[in-house]
Amino acid sequence: MAKRIESIGLDAYYGAFKAIEDVNVVIEPKTITALIGPSGCGKSTFLRTLNRMHEVVPGARVTGRLLLDDEDVYGPGVDATGVRRTIGMVFQRPNPFPTMSIYDNVAAGLRLNGVKGKKVLDEAVERSLKGANLWNEVKDRLPKPGAGLSGGQQQRLCIARAIAVEPQVLLMDEPCSALDPISTLAIEDLMTELKDRFTIVIVTHNMQQAARVSDRTGFFTIEATGEPGRLVEIDDTQKIFTNPGEKRTEDYITGRFG
Amino acid sequence: MTSVRTPVIGGLQQAALPRRAVAGLAAAVVAVTALLFSVTDLQGTAGFVVVATLLHLAAQTVLSRVVEGPRRAADRLVTTAVVAAFLLALAPLVSVLLYTLQNGLERFDWDFFYRSLRSIGARDAGGGANHAIVGTLQQVGLATLMSVPLGLLVAVYVVEYGRGRLAATIRFFVDVMTGIPSIVAGLFVLSFWILGLGFGYSGFAAALALTVLMLPVIVRSAEEMLKLVPNDLREASLALGVPRWKTVVRIVLPTALPGIVTGVMLAVARVMGETAPVLLTAFGAASIVRTPFDGPQSSLPLFIYQEAASPQQTAIDRAWTAALTLILVIMVLNLLARLITRRSKIGR
Repeated sequence: MAKRIESIGLDAYYGAFKAIEDVNVVIEPKTITALIGPSGCGKSTFLRTLNRMHEVVPGARVTGRLLLDDEDVYGPGVDATGVRRTIGMVFQRPNPFPTMSIYDNVAAGLRLNGVKGKKVLDEAVERSLKGANLWNEVKDRLPKPGAGLSGGQQQRLCIARAIAVEPQVLLMDEPCSALDPISTLAIEDLMTELKDRFTIVIVTHNMQQAARVSDRTGFFTIEATGEPGRLVEIDDTQKIFTNPGEKRTEDYITGRFG
Repeated sequence: MTSVRTPVIGGLQQAALPRRAVAGLAAAVVAVTALLFSVTDLQGTAGFVVVATLLHLAAQTVLSRVVEGPRRAADRLVTTAVVAAFLLALAPLVSVLLYTLQNGLERFDWDFFYRSLRSIGARDAGGGANHAIVGTLQQVGLATLMSVPLGLLVAVYVVEYGRGRLAATIRFFVDVMTGIPSIVAGLFVLSFWILGLGFGYSGFAAALALTVLMLPVIVRSAEEMLKLVPNDLREASLALGVPRWKTVVRIVLPTALPGIVTGVMLAVARVMGETAPVLLTAFGAASIVRTPFDGPQSSLPLFIYQEAASPQQTAIDRAWTAALTLILVIMVLNLLARLITRRSKIGR
């Protein structure tokens, strides 16, 4: 079941530095939302606040409210590991576990969360690899190391690993920036398929990609270095790329930024 | 229009010394050195090698500079110097091995491994080092059992959890501990455990002293290995909703395992040859002591030290064989460790 995300007046800090300020967003279930903006504008930080991966950095904290359906992700008594099980994440660089085989990589999330039983794991691995469009390429070499795959295959392996734990939301932090155009296309196709089951939020520097895959697009920017990043506007992708409401968005999209 | 390839002076083709010329040069240099050694006062094998090497370096550089030009000459000079330095570094290692092998095989027999020195004087033939081998294995084994878990936990704390003052302090004291002379570790256990608490000499006391020596080596090497584990992997695991401790145990430690094992083996090899702290804590014994908690015990370095101090050839032979045994034990442990880590690593 995909879930809805709503942030209300969300600020994120690294120590004393305010990285993003006053982000108000509603992300509907089973949609793809793309976040675009210049480097350092806080879009990755915002993505990481969604599943509390932000907290992994020492001194990082968040104020404001973040609702997953009607539950406050930062509410008292909410455990970060539980949040991350519900909201999966795929990173910029493919990062399969080097000591594990392809099979073990996909099963890692389940195993490390205490799921046992060969049959259950076999089914989950097959389902996840099929879901990540990787099954046909690797089904004959599941015991081989995951690091032996090509970059694009590794990234799909990481997606399989993320969806194996059956999250409700999938966050992707520039998932294609280390990949060639063909692998990028494979992942974009995959995103469109995964939309039926998950709510997807993707950070990308590639505006064509945002235009191709997303339903809604949000534009982040900063006024100057040292200032916090702000969400300038978020709207239907069609509208953002043809008739944005803000001049700054239009400047960025048409390449007249700065 | 078709272009015509014409050889250009100073183009891609360059004059090069043929292999045969280089080999001939080496032979000529050896001949010249031999001549030099027969007509002058120069003598000795080491001197011959040094003179021949220097002559070869000089002659080759001059020849190469004339024929091939300065860049190639410098290349040849440095290549030859690097190879010579490698051989020089290898020489003591190989000679120690050969010399120990040569002298140690004399008494490398059944008796040596089966019997102890009980009622065997320095002048008596026979006798063995069973008690010393047992002692070394028990003391180093116990020290490893104590220092590896402790050292790993310290390293995990410093790298994965430690922040600010406490971690910096721990790191500082580990660095200080690395510099402790081994005899000081022995004196510490002697004054604290044996004289202070009154436990008496034992193999266990020796294990305590060796633990003091092993701990910093293990902490430092494990720390470096844990730092090498990419942060991406930790994040990937955390993002799957895996708790932090499980991420460390199941993802970070296995990834760093081969390096950690290498560090442990270095520490083991280092303390296995320690004599002074063992002398102060286990004291040494001539007969077999089966447990490390039962009074004075011997060990291989102690056995070597005591037997080699004797003027009798029979005792000195025993010392050589004990030295050979020590080298073999360390080698076997190293090979075992490599095998284990190779099997556990799937590959990258």
